[in-house]
Amino acid sequence: MAQSSADALKTTPLWERHRAAGGRMVPFGGYELPVQYPTGIMAEHKWTREQAGLFDVSHMGPSYITLAHASGDAEADHAAIAAIIEPLVCGDINGLKPGQVRYTLLLNKHGGVIDDLMVARSPLQAGSLYIVVNAGSKDADFALIQAAAGERAHLHRADDGALLALQGPEAVNVMAHVVPGAAELGFMQCGSYQWAGNTLVVSRSGYTGEDGFEILCSAQSGPRLWDALLADNRVKPIGLGARDSLRLEAALPLYGHDLNSTISPIEADLGFAVSKRRREASDFPGAQRILAERAGAVSRVRVGLIVEGAPAREGAEIVDAARGAIGIVTSGGFAPSLGKAIALGFVPPAYSAPGTKVQVSVRGRTQTAEVVPTPFVPHRYFRKPKAS
Amino acid sequence: MTTKFTPEHEYIRVEGATGIVGITPYAQEALGDIVFVDLPAIGKVLKKGEEAAVVESVKAASEIYAPVSGTVTEVNTALSGEPGLINSDPEAGGWIYKVEIADAGEIDGLLDDAAYADLTK
Repeated sequence: MAQSSADALKTTPLWERHRAAGGRMVPFGGYELPVQYPTGIMAEHKWTREQAGLFDVSHMGPSYITLAHASGDAEADHAAIAAIIEPLVCGDINGLKPGQVRYTLLLNKHGGVIDDLMVARSPLQAGSLYIVVNAGSKDADFALIQAAAGERAHLHRADDGALLALQGPEAVNVMAHVVPGAAELGFMQCGSYQWAGNTLVVSRSGYTGEDGFEILCSAQSGPRLWDALLADNRVKPIGLGARDSLRLEAALPLYGHDLNSTISPIEADLGFAVSKRRREASDFPGAQRILAERAGAVSRVRVGLIVEGAPAREGAEIVDAARGAIGIVTSGGFAPSLGKAIALGFVPPAYSAPGTKVQVSVRGRTQTAEVVPTPFVPHRYFRKPKAS
Repeated sequence: MTTKFTPEHEYIRVEGATGIVGITPYAQEALGDIVFVDLPAIGKVLKKGEEAAVVESVKAASEIYAPVSGTVTEVNTALSGEPGLINSDPEAGGWIYKVEIADAGEIDGLLDDAAYADLTK
């Protein structure tokens, strides 16, 4: 997190709004963003779980990758753009329906995770994907994707706009007033909507475990959309601190902490992101390792821990009383919804069953911890009733 | 009764030979919601500047340093059940530990009200 003074921090289109709201600004991913507002992380966290929280996530990396020469046949064009991205990831991109969003992983040839990202099939333009990557790795990710595409497709960065996330059980009711069409989206679907003369790209997704939306708009319209959403008294602005505690309770991994270039999707408990078609074809980077791990040859796995006493933070050792250190905490903190300390960390599979008692080392002392099922707080994503 | 401050935002309220140590309203505001406090052991002998306690906010752990040398005589056990007292009442109900002051001369080296107010302007 340390920033050299030579690196000027970037600001988002909502910087003035954060300052006006009393946001405590900190450097994050090269941007100056609010870690909290005056009410504090605890209140912001609980508000998001109970009402709706509004987050500025403009530091992230939205982009479009579009075929250079579309044929005009929508399915053939989608297959062509999917064939450009699929060699980099373990997800089934070809199988996306128009407007469908999928969580996937950029992998290196050893099966380690370069980044986790969202890939959506454009609902409007054939042969185009909407891709959102993490802030810290966006320059490298975009370079990797463009290099893989060569002349066949063009990557267009859209990270000069504003990206807002509206999260919480009331998010859909707020959206129904502000961007009515978007409230009809299913979970992990995206669409394009007109709002006050601007085009918004909205996906029903998020990073809190709650129902919610992520909304891309132009830099110019960002502050007006921010104000329009906050005009609803069910909505409050939420900082990065609560964003982290919310995602930790939802057991959603944070790149650079719970995921890195040595950790595989299977180790990270993200096996669901290795799509069936890709497994059967064994045609993704690191497939040999990942498929072997999936069959059981795995030496460490990500687990959730409830920790007694002081929070065990990133880097704390996980200890077996009889055998010494067995693993490490990769994210840890206090869960405001549970009133307890929780952590994510990696341990050998023999320790991964819920109910397993381990210890964590905090400031040279050992504390009791127990492996528990994740998420720590149930996800409450919106599921449309299946059409018969 | 005098209250003195450290540049690291601890206060010590001196009552005779005893000092009551906590963190300032400025510090609790900066740390945010306190969720856990690691208290020192009673009887522990602390040197000035040593880590005396740790307060944990949702985001991070912060060390509390001994403003003066001495022996811990009492700790605020109420903080175990209600660590948020440090936020709501840092100067009274949110005190952290009491210390038998080893060297009264160390008190004179700390910041007074005016100097601390200057520091946090």
